[in-house]
Amino acid sequence: MNNSVITVRNLVKKFGSFVANDNLNFEVYAGEIFGFLGANGAGKTTTIRILSGLSAPTSGEVIVAGINASKKPEEIKKQIGYMSQKFSLYEDLTVKENIMLYGGIYGMSKSLIKERTENLLEKLNFRDYGNKLIADLPLGLRQKLAFSIAVFHEPKIVFLDEPTGGVDPITRRQFWEMIYETASRGITVFVTTHYMDEAEYCDRISIMSEAKIVALDTPENLKKLYNAATVEDVFIKIARPN
Amino acid sequence: MKRFLGFVKKEFLHIFRDYRTLFIIFGIPVAQILIFGFAISTDVKNAGVAFLDLSKDETTQKLTDKIISSGFFKRTENLVSYDEIEDIFRKGKTKEVIIFEKNFEKKLQNEGKASVSLIADGAEPNTATLVTNYTMAIISGFNTDISGIRANNPILIQPEVKMLYNPELKSQHMFVPGVITMILILICALMTSVTITREKEFGTMEVLLVSPLRPIQIILGKVVPYFLLSFINVILILVLSWLVFGLSVKGSIILLLAESMLYIMLSLSVGILISTIASSMQAAIFISLVGMMLPTILLSGFIYPIENMDDIYRYISYLLPPRYFITIIKSIMIKGTGFLYVWKETLVLLSMTVLFIGLSVKKFKVRLE
Repeated sequence: MNNSVITVRNLVKKFGSFVANDNLNFEVYAGEIFGFLGANGAGKTTTIRILSGLSAPTSGEVIVAGINASKKPEEIKKQIGYMSQKFSLYEDLTVKENIMLYGGIYGMSKSLIKERTENLLEKLNFRDYGNKLIADLPLGLRQKLAFSIAVFHEPKIVFLDEPTGGVDPITRRQFWEMIYETASRGITVFVTTHYMDEAEYCDRISIMSEAKIVALDTPENLKKLYNAATVEDVFIKIARPN
Repeated sequence: MKRFLGFVKKEFLHIFRDYRTLFIIFGIPVAQILIFGFAISTDVKNAGVAFLDLSKDETTQKLTDKIISSGFFKRTENLVSYDEIEDIFRKGKTKEVIIFEKNFEKKLQNEGKASVSLIADGAEPNTATLVTNYTMAIISGFNTDISGIRANNPILIQPEVKMLYNPELKSQHMFVPGVITMILILICALMTSVTITREKEFGTMEVLLVSPLRPIQIILGKVVPYFLLSFINVILILVLSWLVFGLSVKGSIILLLAESMLYIMLSLSVGILISTIASSMQAAIFISLVGMMLPTILLSGFIYPIENMDDIYRYISYLLPPRYFITIIKSIMIKGTGFLYVWKETLVLLSMTVLFIGLSVKKFKVRLE
């Protein structure tokens, strides 16, 4: 797994005198599930915004899917998918209309959208829901659908920003099954979460604290390194040293 | 382009799926036109009129009889001096005072003309307009009656109309321009700011921003449907006021529609600007209603004539786009003037549009950082 899809070198992002990202260096490999952890305010969101082409780095080099984020942020957007904790689907549109909309935004042809919609509905056991409004779907289903739509255009990387916030344990488990399935298709998954049990599912995790990445390795190695039983213990040791 | 069209289509779906939105867009203008229209077109029946006959001759007597017998008026009092006029208006039953000048008949015979003064209570502008119009029609009928006898030497009774309390009677026929102005602000500023902040609140804006759609496409996509619907609305209001009230556009309809488009763009840019300031839908609604709707109703000259305002309010009104649009649309609709007479106002609207678009683009970029 030396094939990196995200390369970050000496990334610095400042807002005035406030440093949000202080000299970050990391790589994310193709097809892996990369957990991006950190306490609130550690600077995760800033990094994700830079990686997804929404904001430009102050200095340093950021290459996402082979594209330089400082030079062609708009090009990056075509190569990635994104899903956040907040609902990203339109409640007053039907399942199919939402799929059609996002497929269209990513420039997919109508026939391709139709074909993949059929497959997707089949796979999710959503046959009966195709023409239902999102507002009428239960929360768990919406979250699954939102994820499916985020990877509908087969992006190289999908960013998941606390995707399982407010979801019940069973749906969370199913959700992670979908993440595994996606990664196995070669789509890189870049996920932030506050659930430390979820961090255990990741191939590698990085932990941010005060604008810096303070740890980056597989969950097993980190647990050994910090002499901890769980990732949660590792996190607490790092994020709150006292 | 295809991406963009799909996005516009989605915006239309939002609008047509939401009955409240549909009601605001199409229900309110129709209701307002009908309410304002019928409130303003009350027929004159037995309106109180007082006479101050300074001549007391045969002709004034005939004219008085003709006015009374028309059925529109009833005599409240016969006055003997000017001093009584204010008093009788204050009592409230009299809507109009008709004054015949001294030596009315003699002047008519010797000079071929004489004058009648019509004084109406401008505090009720609609009634005032109606009663004076009716009276003038009767006098002009009387003119032809008596001129007929001496056709080669036509004589003229010249009515002079004077409004007490509200001399320029600026609010007449203002309701259609006023409603158009108000509806456009309502739909454009309110609805666009709400629909954009809704995307922010539901988190869909984030997803759109990381998509290949450019920010300008997102904004345009949100705004284009409202532009079209607003334009349809202007036409709807014009057609409705023509069908129901027979109010036609005196000037160029093309100019009117072009000016409307400019004003729609201005209002949309105000809506976008509001959406970049407001973080929630409630805030957007509040800013639009208090910041745009109220001033439009109160200070733009829609209901209260700008000429009668205190200085401070008049200066504020210079800052309000609706003020200029009302002037433009009124000139075109009622006076039938061409572009030469409204270019100044048009220029003001144009500069405001550029200013607001510039500001919102800047604000939007700042937010992206």
